[in-house]
Amino acid sequence: MQYEQKRETAIPFWRDERILRVLGQVVFVALVVFVATLIYQNMKAGLARQGISLSYAFLKNLSGFDIAETAFPYSRNSAYWQAFLIGLLNTLLVSVVGIIFSTILGVILGVARLSTNFIINRLASFYLEIIRNLSLLVFLIFWYLGVFLKLPRVKEATPWLGDIILTNRGVGIPWGIPTASFPTFRLILFLGLLFALVVFFVLREYGKRTGRAPLTLVWSFLAFLLVALIGWFVLPERPIVADLAFVKGLNLSGGKILSPEFMALTSGLVLYTAAFIGEVVRAGIQSVSKGQIEASRALGLNSFQTLRLVVFPQALRVIIPPLTSQYLNLVKNSSLAIAVGYPDVFYVSNTIQNQTGRAVEMISLVMFTYLVLSLATSALMNWYNQRIKLAER
Amino acid sequence: MTKTAEHILPPVLERSNLLGWMRRNLFGSWTDALLTLIGVWIVYWAASGLLRWALYTAEWKVIVVNARLLMIGQYPIEQVGRLWIWLGFLIFLLGNSLAIWGRGSRIAPALLALPAAMAFIFPFGADPRKWLIAMTVIGLIGWGLGRVKPEALKRSVIAGWVISLPIIILLTYGLSKSEASIVPIVRTNLWGGLLLTFLLTVVGILFSFPIGVLLALGRRSELPAVRWFSVGYIELVRGVPLITILFMAQLMLPLFLPEGWTVDRVVRAMVGITLFSAAYLAENVRGGLQAIPKGQFEAAAALGLSGAQTMIFIILPQALRLVIPILVGQFIALYKDTSLVAIVGLLDLVGIARTVLAQPEFLGLQREVYVFISLIFWTLSYGMSYVSQRLEERLGVGIR
Repeated sequence: MQYEQKRETAIPFWRDERILRVLGQVVFVALVVFVATLIYQNMKAGLARQGISLSYAFLKNLSGFDIAETAFPYSRNSAYWQAFLIGLLNTLLVSVVGIIFSTILGVILGVARLSTNFIINRLASFYLEIIRNLSLLVFLIFWYLGVFLKLPRVKEATPWLGDIILTNRGVGIPWGIPTASFPTFRLILFLGLLFALVVFFVLREYGKRTGRAPLTLVWSFLAFLLVALIGWFVLPERPIVADLAFVKGLNLSGGKILSPEFMALTSGLVLYTAAFIGEVVRAGIQSVSKGQIEASRALGLNSFQTLRLVVFPQALRVIIPPLTSQYLNLVKNSSLAIAVGYPDVFYVSNTIQNQTGRAVEMISLVMFTYLVLSLATSALMNWYNQRIKLAER
Repeated sequence: MTKTAEHILPPVLERSNLLGWMRRNLFGSWTDALLTLIGVWIVYWAASGLLRWALYTAEWKVIVVNARLLMIGQYPIEQVGRLWIWLGFLIFLLGNSLAIWGRGSRIAPALLALPAAMAFIFPFGADPRKWLIAMTVIGLIGWGLGRVKPEALKRSVIAGWVISLPIIILLTYGLSKSEASIVPIVRTNLWGGLLLTFLLTVVGILFSFPIGVLLALGRRSELPAVRWFSVGYIELVRGVPLITILFMAQLMLPLFLPEGWTVDRVVRAMVGITLFSAAYLAENVRGGLQAIPKGQFEAAAALGLSGAQTMIFIILPQALRLVIPILVGQFIALYKDTSLVAIVGLLDLVGIARTVLAQPEFLGLQREVYVFISLIFWTLSYGMSYVSQRLEERLGVGIR
């Protein structure tokens, strides 16, 4: 009797949540699979009409186009995959240079925003308000067409700030040429690095044992510098001689010539991203409560020690996650290189795709590349974030 | 030993004259003074250079001559009235809204008088001048009506905003193919300039918002299949640059569709922008969803609401209200990002600049054109963020 009653009140299967869940997922998966197959079938049929089959074998074919800026020897007789690799290296170059400079400028801006000096404070927030509401693409095009291509022609160029030559063909900066003794010097630099590491670990141990906080990084760097300087002066011949850029005919020669495309892309990205990093840094510093600063002053730390030992470690924890996403944005935004004609991975892929007509392959390859770059950047930053995280009980 | 009132020293009076202020804020120490001097030099150098360029060197004729191209692209001149009509509709609604929700704000009439002021300051032709003045009149009428009957109009104004988008699209695109009708179809390849930028933004916002909310809900779903799909989509899209998605939409979307189906280039760009923006919106909405305390779900369940009812009536309204500022920030980003369609060959504000600069009489005037475009982008996105800040204050987001 009791048993039968239970049966009557039991939930019918169309209202049983456990069954509905499974059913819902099955329907969802079936729908996704159906749409995906449909798209795939259409794509295959479309490609068949054009007489193309999906394959990456074409990457081994000769490229037949030139690239202006190459990290390794490349000519029009090289293969497509080599062109792609050059683009990738250029993207990495722009990303790394951009991240370094925008961090420096961003920290300066963030600190300036907190300055008690009225003019500095206003100037920084004015800059921020201007940049944040601009379109990056227009900003980059402006730097390329409106600034770097409007520099004086090579013939009329005059050195600026010492030895920098600004022309519409590129910016020439002094660079070093290695001499015969450079390999030895490189060995000495390596020894210096080892020495610096030893100093680093000894100081860290000392700090742990005594509870003091020595300037570990500064001393390590000084140790490296000392070895490098000794090497520089002890060697019979200077390992590197300065090579100044100069005007030769209608072109620049010597030194290092930075193309207008590279300059426009990096300066645009740096100036743009720095504004956002400035906000991140400001928020991070402001997140450290005033009581912390007052307490550390009460303990007798001077203002430098307060900044280094109390404010900075705490601010860093707040800063790192949003800073990571700014770095990711910079890497992704470097794909706008196509607007200024800098041969980054996207621009090169676009050229390859135009030549071969293999849109599906090239776009998937580029997307995959950016995904890997993004994941690598965030993995690196997550690892750093883990390291500086508050050790919680 | 209790202290009497006399023992307590009065607070130090701060001298607040200009000299005192300057000593405190500009010349506190010698480093401060140095920074101030550097700052003043930077301000002087930048401002004087900019002014000299804007007033003497720059040739603004390129903007004046090409104003129509920059604003609406190749849109046929005899059909321009249609655009003015929906703009008038929007301004009417704006006037209404300012009167109803602005609570006697003084800037409202000034804002509405702006079109007329522009008509007198800048060298427009006779036709745009008339329209601009009409805009101010319409806006002021709307404002006046809103002042007189704020409560009665509230519902119709909200309804007006909701239907404004279909109206904009219909009026811009047209209704019938025959040339004789009042609103013949204007093909999208003739859309351009600020008009195209605006339409891309509006369509992107409108379609990416529901998709984004669905993805956010999917990511928080208890069904693993739905959750993993949402996570995969969001992370995939957020990991690649917008430009790759736009290229995919341009080149691969036609391949994905059955034979014979065609999608025009503007729609392809709209699809790309929508799919891209939805992933970012999903993350923002998820932030709001996570901020809702568990008690709200439990209370809704205790009241006997089903899962869907809980989401629609209890959780989403609260969650979305929490993230309004972030959503507006995302919409501003979307507006700025629409400029990327220039790279895939559409003639939006940035794309049309190339056309303008290709005219032989305006060679070499890149600075003028791009400064003007930047100014438009800056004004509109600054305006949006300003409105969102006011909205935040009014709705009391973050204040309980």
